[in-house]
Formats: sequence, structure tokens, C-alpha cells
Amino acid sequence: MSITLTEKAAKHIQKSLTHRGKGLGLRLGVRTSGCSGMAYVLEFVDEPNADDQLFESQGVKVIIDPKSLSYLDGTELDFVREGLNEGFQFNNPNVKDACGCGESFTV
Amino acid sequence: MPLLQISEPNQSAAPHQHRLAAGIDLGTTNSLIASVRSGIAETLPDARGVHLLPSIVHYQANQLPEVGVDAKTFAVQDPLNTIASVKRLMGRGLADVKMTGTQLPYDLVASAGGMPSIRTVAGELSPVQVSADILKALKQRAEDTLGGELTGVVITVPAYFDDAQRQATKDAAKLAGLQVLRLLNEPTAAAVAYGLDKQAEGIHAIYDLGGGTFDISILRLHRGVFEVMSTAGDSALGGDDIDREIALWMMQQAGIAEDAARSHIRELLDIARAAKESLSTQHSITLDVPLATGTRWQGEFTHEDLIKLADPLIQKTLVPCRRALRDAGISAEDISAVVLVGGSTRMPRVREKVESFFGRKPHVDIDPDKVVAIGAAIQADILAGNKPDNEMLLLDVTPLALGIETMGGLVEKIIPRNTPIPTARAQEFTTFKDGQTAMALHVVQGERDLVVDCRSLARFELRGIPPMVAGAARIRVTFQVDADGLLSVAAREEMTGVSSEITVKPSYGLQDNEITRMLQESIVNAEIDLKLRALREQQVEADRVVNALRSALQADGHVLLKREEFVNIAAALDELLSVANGTDIQAIKHAISKVDDLTKEYAARRMDHAIRQAMQGHTINEFTEKL
Repeated sequence: MSITLTEKAAKHIQKSLTHRGKGLGLRLGVRTSGCSGMAYVLEFVDEPNADDQLFESQGVKVIIDPKSLSYLDGTELDFVREGLNEGFQFNNPNVKDACGCGESFTV
Repeated sequence: MPLLQISEPNQSAAPHQHRLAAGIDLGTTNSLIASVRSGIAETLPDARGVHLLPSIVHYQANQLPEVGVDAKTFAVQDPLNTIASVKRLMGRGLADVKMTGTQLPYDLVASAGGMPSIRTVAGELSPVQVSADILKALKQRAEDTLGGELTGVVITVPAYFDDAQRQATKDAAKLAGLQVLRLLNEPTAAAVAYGLDKQAEGIHAIYDLGGGTFDISILRLHRGVFEVMSTAGDSALGGDDIDREIALWMMQQAGIAEDAARSHIRELLDIARAAKESLSTQHSITLDVPLATGTRWQGEFTHEDLIKLADPLIQKTLVPCRRALRDAGISAEDISAVVLVGGSTRMPRVREKVESFFGRKPHVDIDPDKVVAIGAAIQADILAGNKPDNEMLLLDVTPLALGIETMGGLVEKIIPRNTPIPTARAQEFTTFKDGQTAMALHVVQGERDLVVDCRSLARFELRGIPPMVAGAARIRVTFQVDADGLLSVAAREEMTGVSSEITVKPSYGLQDNEITRMLQESIVNAEIDLKLRALREQQVEADRVVNALRSALQADGHVLLKREEFVNIAAALDELLSVANGTDIQAIKHAISKVDDLTKEYAARRMDHAIRQAMQGHTINEFTEKL
């Protein structure tokens, strides 16, 4: 079981946490919604839940609930720029199919 | 694959439901758009990495307009079609624009309702349309950057903007296809950017020195509401004036004639600006100035030289500061935080002067060019619903009193200035003449006591009031201001329920005065206003007495009065009429009381007469039974 962050992603998360002034780390997850099965969750964490799994990558705490972990195992979170747009991208080896816009996916 | 941003806990949006929000600082010289992404509020740069968008639009026939830097390059070669500083025209009538003496090099023509239009090769354009083109450019930038359509925006406006100017700003946003979550006062946005709204209650000074304008606002945070205690400023003072002083100094030193070519002066101003900026970090620099002869002049320019040139101008900003403190009824020690806004506050000398004036270090951590847009973005993020609901929603206040015209051209204030909005207030009015069936309502904005000194916002009529004696009708007038500071007024006759209302879609323009000036005048003229109000009130009272007496005399004067009494009363009435429109309050008072004295007996007889008539043909028992 592993989740990793790229250096760029870690840097940006650190910056966001500093600006926000609080928060333990970052929650990655999936939830069922969207046009094609699953959607990613990317949130700040103030209080982890009892059954959460904790990873640490590039000095950033990554928190995942056990159910999501099975969908995200092996995922690398990257921070990329596309033209003017910039943001986080999940490189998830489990994904088989994504909806046309890519906002949701199936495994 | 879309790019994701970090959300607040449990605030992740469902796919395709991103609530993208942005804050817009729609400035006179430059505009900016900012957004909160992954918890960070930042201004958004264009593809070239430039954050500031010059508020300039260049129009061409049969082509989309160019906005920003691309438009700026046309300022010299195509001045009539290159529109800058359009914010100064927003919500103003053509007459106002000419009155303020603003020198704008455009071909201004009057359009419907006395509003100015700018004649360009792309047709006649209103200031709202030009602003909309600037907003469209910002919208495009934000949507490219955020990867989706904007749900809503917060746009900032100066604290002294009146309803017409605010409405014009909203109209521009609508035209640009933007949903305005709300308009926010610029100083309030700056305070929000520094998180002052999350601190304990206190009074804050927002010192905003831009390129061409200076504004000082005193805000008070009270129960989660930023109240504008006072504003002051100088609409023709800014960093550009410092550049001009430096350029003049260079011309003297280098022996350049004052009537040098425009392009030469333009170049000198650019050198001056660069010199000013360099001296923020260096002690002295060498100026290299081109001369008309083709040769160059070189000379040293030191920090001391700059201070000598800039100090008188910086000193000039402290006059409005003092005035703002006085208007707010506080002293510099009462200020708990000072926020700097505007590119010119980067000058170390400005910071020094502001610090010594207010006796405390100003907040300077956020780029003063961006701070307003950042505050707006933070508000927009909350309003769009991206924060947990325990985040406090910031409120605003009315910048000037709103009221209604009453008899004698006096103003009855219904919503006082600095009332937190949204708000609604109601007051009852009555008729002035017997049998009056309609009432004209004139909605005004301002601090002065006389209608002529206030700003007219709207007029409407309430018809269908049942005929009654003067003073018997009860007409309830309700003023409502929504969260954007826009006003609707309703009047309702309580007995029949007839009503009439108007939404102030303010009549843009009219005899427009700047709010700062209006506020100041109200203080300077307080005593005069007081006397004028007293006089007008006596005049109205005289009018009322004359009206009542005349209708009484006509009805039963010949029946109830002896000939001699009638003559005496008529004489007193004539005397009252002769002084009623004069300016001698005492004379009017005296004449009224004389009429009162002479008609006391008459009034008693009329009362008796009326009762006798009512009782005629009835027995006393009928009345006691009813009781």
C-alpha cells in the first residue's frame, strides 16, 4: 500500500497549509458520484477519523480512509500547469475508464 | 483530466459542480481578478505572467475590442478610440462630468437621460459597456485559469460610490455575463485581506494612494460589521504627481524648455517613474535624460532630492487624513490598524509619513496593488459557499442617509448613514391639504437638510388616496436596501391599502456631488442648515394655517363671525401672507400666533356648530347608548 506526492505537489500543499494557518495535512479519497462512477476528494484535514490511514510523503501528512485506499493504492499526486490553469492531478494506476471530461472514473 | 484544488473539510464539490468564485478590483487605472485556490487567495496573471490589467479598451470598426496592455499602445496614435479611466464616468450624467472638470480626451455625446456616451469607430458606447469589456477580459482570464465557468464574483467599489455608480457597476457585470454575489467597498476588501474582520472590534484606517487618486477611509468593525465612519481624499492626487515633480526637476536641471514635445515629456515621465522606484532600494542613481538636440544629459538623483520633491505631495495626503479622523470624531490614537493600498504606498517615504501620522506601523505584507482584489476573492469564496457556514458573513453599511422630501423642500431622513445593510425602515406621513388624493414622493440621498443640497434619486407618485381633511390620511413609506446597497421605496395608504413603489434604478447623474464633498459640506453647513430648516418649517406652518383658515372662512365665516371679527381675522391673515415667504422667522412666528389668538373664539364656535349639527334631530339618549 502506498501513496506518493511529487515534489511540486508537496511544496504546494505546504504553502496552502501555511496560508490556511491550521490543518494536519491532506485528505485524499474517492466517493461515488459523477457521471462515471467515482470522483476524487481533495481536502484539508483538521481532525482525522479513527479508522483513517496515515502516510507521509515529502514531509506532508496524507490521510486516507480505508475504503478509498483500495481505489487509490499506488497513486501519485502531482501538481501541474496547463496553460493558465494549475492544480492537482491524480496519477492513479487503478483507473480503467474515465468520463469524457475526466472528472469521474471507474476502476 | 481536470486539475483539482484542495477544499475545506467536507466541502468537496461533486463533479461538474465546482463553485468557482472570484474577486474583482475594477480600478480607474488598473484592474485585477483574484480567486481562492487550495486555500490561497491570489490574483490571477495573464498568459504573459502579468497580474495588472490596465483599465483601457481600444475599439476598432467591426472587430472585437482589445483590452489592457494591447489597448494601451494605441493611446497615443488613436486617442479617440482608446478609452481609459472610464470609472470616472460610471453612473454620472454628462452635466456632472463636465462640471467636475475631468479632462477626458474623448468625444462625449449625450444619450438618453443625459447620460454620456463615447463616440468611437465601433459606435456610441456607454461607460457601462466599456467597463463590461474590461470585465469580460478578466472573466476570460479567470475561466481559463480556473478551468471552468465562474459561479459568481465580488466586485469592489470606492466607499463613496453612490447608488447610481453602484448600479452602473452591477449593470456592467451583467453585461459581461457575470453574476455579482455582491459589491464590496474597496477599503473593506483591504481590511478583509488582512483578516481584520476576524480580529477583535476596532477602528482601522485604510490609506489608499494610487496613481491618480488618494482615498482615506476610517472603518469600524462593530459586531461583525464594517462601518464606514468617514471617508476623505483627493481625486487628483497620486503617484503620477510625484513622477511629474521629478520630471519637472529633471527639465530644470537639464535645461529642457517647458513646452517640450508631448512624446519627449512622456519619455521623461517614464524615466522619472523608474527613478522613483529605484530609490525605494538605492540611495542614489544616475539619471540619463535625452535632450531635444539628440544629445543626453546625465546627473545624480539622490534619495534626499526625491524626498524634497515628494514631501509636499505626501504632506497633502495628510490633510484628508486629519479631516477623516475629525469627521469620525476620533484621534489617531484610536486607530488599531493601518492598511496601505495602492502602488504608491510602496515608497518608503510614504510609509514613514503614514507611520508617524498614525503612530503605528502600517500593514504592508500584501502587495498594495493586489490587496483589494484579494479581499474581494476571500469574500467571493465565502459567498459562493466554499467555506463551512461558521465563517462570518461580512456586512456593509449605507454610505449616506436616504430620505424623502417633505413640505418646504426639507429632507426627512429615513435610513441614516452607516446603517448596516440589508435593512428596511418605515415611517408614516400624511396629507397637507384637505381632499388631497395624490402624493408625490421624492427620494433623495445626502446628509444635508434641504433637498436642493442632496442628490435626487427617484420620484414617484401615490394616487388614489381617499379625500380626507389635511393630516388625516396615514401613508406608510418603507425604505428597503438590499445587500448590494440598492434601494427600493414603497408608499402605502393604510386605510384603503393603495400602494405604489419604485426600485431605484437610480436616475444616473442629475446634480451629482461626490459623497466625500457632500459629507464635508454637511458638517461645514450644519448651522446654516439648522437655521434654514427652522425657517422652512415656519413657512410650512404658515402655509398650513393660511390653508386651514381660508377653507374655514369660506365654509362658515359669514355665518359664525360678526362683521368686525371677520375683518380683523382677514387683516391678520393678510399680514401673515405678507411675511410668510420672507426670511424673518420671528415675524412669521408672530403673525401665526396673532392669527391663532384671533381665531381661538372662532374655532370654538365652529366646534360647537359642528356638534350641534351632528346632534340635530337626535336625543341625548341615542348618544349615551352608543357610549
